[in-house]
Amino acid sequence: MKRVQFNSRYLPYLLLLPQFVIITIFFYWPSAQAITSSFYIEDPFGFGSSFVGLSNYTDALGSPEYQKIARFTVAYSLIVTFLALSFGMLLALKADAVIRGQSSYKTLLIAVYAIAPPVAGLIGMMMFDQHIGPFVHLVALFGWDMKVGINYYDTAFAMIMVAVWNQIPYNFIFFLSGLQGIPASIREAAAIDCKSGTRRFWTVILPLLTPTAFFLLVINMTYSLFDTFGIIDVIVKDKPANNPITLVYKVYLDGFRGNDLGSSSAQSVILMVIVLVLTLIQFRFIERRVHYG
Amino acid sequence: MIKKICLAALAVSMSASTTLAATDITWWHGMGGRNGEVINELAQKFNAAQAECAITPVSKGSYEEALASGIAAFRSGEQPNILQVFDAGAATIINAKGATIPAEDLLKDNGFAFDREAFIEGVRYFYADSDGKFVGMPFNSSAPIMYINDEALKKAGVEAPKTWEEFEAIAPKLKEAGYLPLVQSQLTWQFTENFFSRNNIQFASNNNGYDSVVDTTINVTDENHVMMYEKLKAWYDQGLFGYYGAAWNDNQKVFEEGKAALWIGSSGSFGGLQKTATMPFSATFLPYWGSIKGAGVHSFIGGAALFAMAGKSDAENKCTASFFNFLTSTDVQKFYHQATGYVAITKAAYELAKSEGYYKEKPAAEVGIQQLSLPGAEWDKGYRLGFYPQIRSVMEREYNRIFAGETTPKDAMETIKKEADELLARFAKTAG
Repeated sequence: MKRVQFNSRYLPYLLLLPQFVIITIFFYWPSAQAITSSFYIEDPFGFGSSFVGLSNYTDALGSPEYQKIARFTVAYSLIVTFLALSFGMLLALKADAVIRGQSSYKTLLIAVYAIAPPVAGLIGMMMFDQHIGPFVHLVALFGWDMKVGINYYDTAFAMIMVAVWNQIPYNFIFFLSGLQGIPASIREAAAIDCKSGTRRFWTVILPLLTPTAFFLLVINMTYSLFDTFGIIDVIVKDKPANNPITLVYKVYLDGFRGNDLGSSSAQSVILMVIVLVLTLIQFRFIERRVHYG
Repeated sequence: MIKKICLAALAVSMSASTTLAATDITWWHGMGGRNGEVINELAQKFNAAQAECAITPVSKGSYEEALASGIAAFRSGEQPNILQVFDAGAATIINAKGATIPAEDLLKDNGFAFDREAFIEGVRYFYADSDGKFVGMPFNSSAPIMYINDEALKKAGVEAPKTWEEFEAIAPKLKEAGYLPLVQSQLTWQFTENFFSRNNIQFASNNNGYDSVVDTTINVTDENHVMMYEKLKAWYDQGLFGYYGAAWNDNQKVFEEGKAALWIGSSGSFGGLQKTATMPFSATFLPYWGSIKGAGVHSFIGGAALFAMAGKSDAENKCTASFFNFLTSTDVQKFYHQATGYVAITKAAYELAKSEGYYKEKPAAEVGIQQLSLPGAEWDKGYRLGFYPQIRSVMEREYNRIFAGETTPKDAMETIKKEADELLARFAKTAG
């Protein structure tokens, strides 16, 4: 392969500059600010502040409430990621097998992705409304007295359902294109060797899908950690009370609702570290098992 | 979209040309819907009434968002002249000395007359300092009151209760008549803060937080307050009280549909309720406990106040003062009261509306004012607690847990006290 060289030593840096400026302004600078203010307890208007060292961190990490939210966030992210990926893949496999009317199926399945998370949250909330929710009426027939907004687990259930529902189409699109990228010759060869469709899926199709699946794993983890903010905000109706929330929502609550900048900054630094570690793990340990064809 | 931008540009250029030579001031608020429109009407009235000043109201979303935007803007020197701050955020802005100019000073320095006595009893102290000087200008004010489903009471053959003891006596009859006897919409405001005001019990140390931020502690573990929640839980278990979570509307809906007999709402709710209620309704005061000595005084004021932000030119401050003066004028107060359902905050406006027969037509509109005009006592002036929005969140969490059966009222109050006292101690450090 021919190596392309720049004529000037400075040109590459010049070309990098716009991106670098953007990252600096929107990422490095705010991060530095967050790290600084995480060591202070500050008057919101900026009149007084006391240096408190690491106590914002120890206060947050030591609080049972924060630990509870952290545990929920982990469980929530894993469940949402697992369900959204499984359903996405299942639907993609089935849609791939449909011969007549394939495009209508696909369009119907993809259309949900066009719904913005807060709108999805609203629609979901209507499904689970205490007074008018069709889902609540349905499960009442089976003796489940569902109380979203009062019962912690009922709200968690509704939140996970809406978050998964909103993310399935995205996964569906990628899995479908991944499936279509598998050469027909390989499938046919596999079909001669093995009669069981399920077994073929586990031994041939799935390994070939791993690049797509790995990419989606990363995307879905960040989705459930951060992008479901809108859904959560709509479901708890601005008043979380005893309902489950994620760490990101807690940062918002303490910072923007409570005007406690120190604690909120410390929490966002903690989140930053979590995401850093998560990304490292994903690329170090999981990507090794990904087979790029 | 392009059409909208063009219209906006046109509107800006037109307003710029009409307000030529006038001093422009801005007003950030947190009101939406009809209440937001009324704010625009107020601004138009002010701009039409004089030529020196032109005010532009800007909606910043909710109360919380308005406060957060105001703070962010202040830190970068872009603050508006007037910022609307809600009751729970009062400590945040009032304790930031130097962020605002006390409304009373502003008016007097600019040559406007100011009389504390002109305001109704209940609004005089909440946004004032411990000497009684108005720091914020009370604006949209409300009180928690009890709405009554007239059909339900008639069917059960009972009178509306004045005290919680009377409620206990009639509740089983309401239940027998096929109604849910009681619902409410905001436990923190209606059954905690205003439990302390209506029953005249101290809510927090340091004179309810007015005297100092240092070592202020909250008094939620008061035995009477614990008793209130034990009663609510018992009523809930007996089917005499309904609870549908911390969200306001989920609880109001039950009353609107005519399924509940009594609902604790806001004095500002009656306008909306007239459109949504499916049955005739009336209103009366928030009940108190007859067994508590000295109970039955006025409630805390709810709603929000306007604050004049510091760091503006004298000319702009004069306009802000002129606008505050305009807001408290009798006609404007009456207009605002009738257009929104918030209470009239001056005695003169109340008298005017009364003399015109407004309350004969709409008796529910008078209940909030009457409740706020009840005689005052020691502990019903207000509270000044830092990080109070977070303290409310802690309360909401624990109250939900009470009704979900995860905790007892006594344990819940102890948890709230522990966490709230920690937050108050944290807030004291922000002033350091």
